[in-house]
Amino acid sequence: MKYVDEFRNPEAVARLVEAIRQRAAALPPRQHPWQLMEICGGHTHTIFRFGLDQLLPDNIEFIHGPGCPVCVLPQSVIDQAVALAQRPDTLLCSYGDAMRVPGHHGSLLQARADGARVQVIYSPRDALDMARRHPDTQVVFLAIGFETTAPATALAIRAAAREGLTNFCVLCHLVLIEPPLRALLADPDLRIDGFVGPGHVSLVTGNAPFEFIPAEHHKPVVISGFEPVDLLQSVLLLLEQLQQGQARIEIQYRRVATTQGNPGARAPVDDVFEPAPLAEWRGLGKLPRSGLQLRPGYQAFDATHLLPDSPAPGTLPTADSTTEADPRCRCAAVLSGKLKPGQCPLFGRECTPDTPLGALMVSSEGACAAWYQYRHQGPAHGAH
Amino acid sequence: MARTERISLAQGSGGEPMQRLLRELIWPVFANPILARQEDQARLAFELQPGEQLAFTTDSFVVTPLQFPGGDIGSLAVQGTLNDLAVGGAVARYLSCGLIIEEGLPVALLRDLCLSLAKTARDAGVQVVTGDTKVVPRGAADGLFINTSGLGIIPAGINIGTHRLAAGDSLVVSGPIGEHGAAILASRQELAITGDLRSDCANLSPLIQTLLPNAGLHALRDMTRGGLNAVLHEFAEAAGATAVIDESAVPVRPAVQGLCELLGLDPLQLACEGRLLAVVAPDHAEHLLQCLQAHPMGQGAAIIGRLTPKRNVPVILNGLYGIERALPPVSGELLPRIC
Repeated sequence: MKYVDEFRNPEAVARLVEAIRQRAAALPPRQHPWQLMEICGGHTHTIFRFGLDQLLPDNIEFIHGPGCPVCVLPQSVIDQAVALAQRPDTLLCSYGDAMRVPGHHGSLLQARADGARVQVIYSPRDALDMARRHPDTQVVFLAIGFETTAPATALAIRAAAREGLTNFCVLCHLVLIEPPLRALLADPDLRIDGFVGPGHVSLVTGNAPFEFIPAEHHKPVVISGFEPVDLLQSVLLLLEQLQQGQARIEIQYRRVATTQGNPGARAPVDDVFEPAPLAEWRGLGKLPRSGLQLRPGYQAFDATHLLPDSPAPGTLPTADSTTEADPRCRCAAVLSGKLKPGQCPLFGRECTPDTPLGALMVSSEGACAAWYQYRHQGPAHGAH
Repeated sequence: MARTERISLAQGSGGEPMQRLLRELIWPVFANPILARQEDQARLAFELQPGEQLAFTTDSFVVTPLQFPGGDIGSLAVQGTLNDLAVGGAVARYLSCGLIIEEGLPVALLRDLCLSLAKTARDAGVQVVTGDTKVVPRGAADGLFINTSGLGIIPAGINIGTHRLAAGDSLVVSGPIGEHGAAILASRQELAITGDLRSDCANLSPLIQTLLPNAGLHALRDMTRGGLNAVLHEFAEAAGATAVIDESAVPVRPAVQGLCELLGLDPLQLACEGRLLAVVAPDHAEHLLQCLQAHPMGQGAAIIGRLTPKRNVPVILNGLYGIERALPPVSGELLPRIC
């Protein structure tokens, strides 16, 4: 496959691993490993799928960050999606990722089995097409994701507004990448030394959401692509900065991402959405201005008005965070590099991919779920 | 019947409309002397020779869309059941066919699908000798469901099955994997992806007949729902062993790999309908591979791994960079990822 195979080439990977080994050996010795956080769930997936973590020398570790939109989805949003799907004459459209996420009363998959109308779609445009084809059906799109998925959602809403569609709306839980990173970095015990930045977010935003990391915390960031060669090259670039005592943003993913990002993708987002005062994150609690809500001019497309106990206009749905997770969950400690997934007391016992108690076990992109799937049962060198 | 006519509930009522449907559409399509007797059962004169065994199987087909690149539900309903017989070493003789038709299905489409079913059976040398037709209200089925059962004979001296699996055996696939699953996904209305994607659905029996003389052949399985991954887990479980496969040895066509990358799916989990996994004693593996590659349906065959003494997981993938990882079993519906 052109544009993929060359970024998986075993010889290129072997060369990078050797370069990383040499660079890591030159780092100052210390008691615990140098920890690099990959922010994005897509990176976590690649790391586990290809076993990249096992290619690193002992003094370098990946820490798996908060950038999986499914993991951080609060149960209350799933509850709302299920309630909407159960309405007569309503069709709930969702990305596949959200289908298995458990709410308080089950997942969208379970709701569908119980008779609710739920359709897996691949883009907001598919949901819009459903609304056009079925004018008697209220189509609700469950809009989740970071800055990456927001532009397509905004364009769908603008198209619906332009066409005067009254049977299309969105249950919006779009979130922003900077607030959870700020929350993590505010932890005085944080051990992370550098960040692998999410290439797809940067494609839209440019460097802006990550500039505070070197500026305020003196930690390096490398914006990375999603293939093994991308990730390993990003690790090498981070180690070079660490060795030289530098902290700046570098872009490894130059074939896609730029410093400025894509203003053309941001414009519809700015037109349709505004930051919400407060948004709920599974595992992280409530974070100010961390989510997007519809601007007043587009509130006709806000699906929350269809809910029986709909909140006041202009507020994001929130829930009591004490109901969101088992208090014994150690997700925050895993996210900040203090614990490995397997060191959480719930991991693999009460908390499994089939019965997730914490955010990081919810989706296959989550650190704990990936660890469970690929390592806990497995093999490989008894490595955990 | 007019081209625009659609199936109605009355045609499942048992009365004259149903008789007309059977007389005008179903019976002529499947015409053979056993069916023509119009009994409530097919009467089959079998005389088994010493050592021969009857093989009997059933399968239901609920694929959407009903027609897809490389096949349709009619051909699939025959090939799927024939393959279930063939992987046990059986030579198929007779099929039954149960149709569950959703009210509103265009009659012309039903005819096309039945003709495809009948032709596939005829080409394979088997007869559809009994069947059933039901019509259910709109919404109670997805166009058309088909159940087929198959009856065949396993010749004396053929002894393959999971009871013969053993650690040390080689694992051989007959060609590139995941093509049926990818073609179905791509042809669904909501995705509408174009590209070089065609179902691999085929009757595996002619290929399997060339493999059966191999004395080292221990077991065969067609890789349908759950794909290669599911069969590896079944075989590992049955053998009390661990299957270890080399990622770089598993053949996957670029178009299938591309679709999987796009949607975040794993080709190891996508269904095949014309590929098999053969398990063979290691010293017979190379010969089996040559037999496969010499046949038009096995040209893309490859040795992909082996059964090893049991470890702590049933299936291990040896990745591109020499890193081993557990290959988790298929978990429910395949769902695409957004990130």
